[in-house]
Amino acid sequence: MSIDQKARYAASHEYARAEGSVVVVGISDHAQAELGDIVFVELPTVGKKIAKGQTFGTVESVKAASDLYMPVGGIVAEINESLQADPALVNREPYSSGWMIKVTPSDLSELDLLLDAAAYGKSIGEV
Amino acid sequence: MPITYPTGAVEEHLITRRSVGLFDIDHMGQFEISGEGADEFVASIVSAKVSDLAAPMARYSLLLDEGGKVLDDLFIYRLPASWWIVVNASNRESDYAWFSSRKTEGVTLVDRSDDTYMIAVQGPRAVELLDLVSSGAVSAIPRFCWGNIHIAGIPVLFGRTGYTGEDGGELFFPATEVLRVWNYLLEAGLQSGIETAPIGLAARDSLRFEAGMPLHGHEISPEINALEAGFKWACDFSKEFIGKTALLAVSEQGLARKLVGLDVQGGVPREGYEIVCETGRVVGHCVAGMFCPTVKKYAANAFVEISFATPGATLSVLIRGQPKPATVVKRPLYIPAYRRTTN
Repeated sequence: MSIDQKARYAASHEYARAEGSVVVVGISDHAQAELGDIVFVELPTVGKKIAKGQTFGTVESVKAASDLYMPVGGIVAEINESLQADPALVNREPYSSGWMIKVTPSDLSELDLLLDAAAYGKSIGEV
Repeated sequence: MPITYPTGAVEEHLITRRSVGLFDIDHMGQFEISGEGADEFVASIVSAKVSDLAAPMARYSLLLDEGGKVLDDLFIYRLPASWWIVVNASNRESDYAWFSSRKTEGVTLVDRSDDTYMIAVQGPRAVELLDLVSSGAVSAIPRFCWGNIHIAGIPVLFGRTGYTGEDGGELFFPATEVLRVWNYLLEAGLQSGIETAPIGLAARDSLRFEAGMPLHGHEISPEINALEAGFKWACDFSKEFIGKTALLAVSEQGLARKLVGLDVQGGVPREGYEIVCETGRVVGHCVAGMFCPTVKKYAANAFVEISFATPGATLSVLIRGQPKPATVVKRPLYIPAYRRTTN
């Protein structure tokens, strides 16, 4: 299972990676593997303000639908339009082309509340 | 049969539509009916016309109760001296009891399921692969017919039938030989360069769904009559059969609801989701729904009130409380190989 060392992780398997003025959000490699083939991703509208821990969308796999939770709160600056035509990008490249939203964070210190790569790895049983 | 193999549901579906998929469907049941009066008995209990079935023909049929509701769907193979009937795994026991309690004196009913292994080999290159392992015997068997072939020296009853909308067949052979036959086919695929992979239940579902085939418990069930599910074609009204009278009455009254296909935008419709009309009134419910990898749609099969059951009708499906546009479309989404005049 690959873990992006530059990101931090929520217990619910979303990652948050600071990039300049925004935080890039998606789901971890572990999460996409657990979900199986992803067939639809529902994302919020740009401009929406969502608090940490609130749902920002849904990811649908062949077997089930799962809510997505904001790892940090803020305003949705951008959504990954490519996921409309190719939701499987999340399976193939969860940390790069399979990113989900970019957030202008309300409080960057919320990143510190997340697990770092090592701690996340431990939590999912990686050695 | 697992939900998916490591390959994954979407790719397993695509492999079947581009090359060859192997399906371990041993969970299905097989009955053999023979003896004096067997022909009349079978004709009286299944919905389809069987009086014209002679070896080596096979045909799809429903099994109905007195109310015209669907107890199961079947595939019937007319063997030289008996009827070979394939039933759904979940209905094996109840189907056996149904046949058993109604069979006439002289008729023999044997459950062959435990001794028989069943697999399916489906895809545009399935016959090519099967010909390699059967010394060319499979391509000589017409669609909806069966033949006796040998694979790895093992006798196999081969039916040119299937549940995916692709060419290929369903194979019946002694249960003790499963590994030899299965591995022989995989090895033949490897040696010949014909892409061949085992396919799980999730892809089996999306394949049959695209091809417009029902899954008992969803599009057909003991709560659903044959006509509202669109199976008038599988009923021979020129003969007497269990459920005929009830269906004639249904036909007389007119259908209250009908099974339709829905093309959905903005989410994955799933079993149980409600369908609402413009005013927000619930007018139906989904019995199956999913992403369709070949036609690349989010689609559902749903029962809706008859006035909305016309292609083009615009409805909404409630996906976790949110209404998403759902347009009634013609089924099937993917035309089965045997119905295509050109490939």
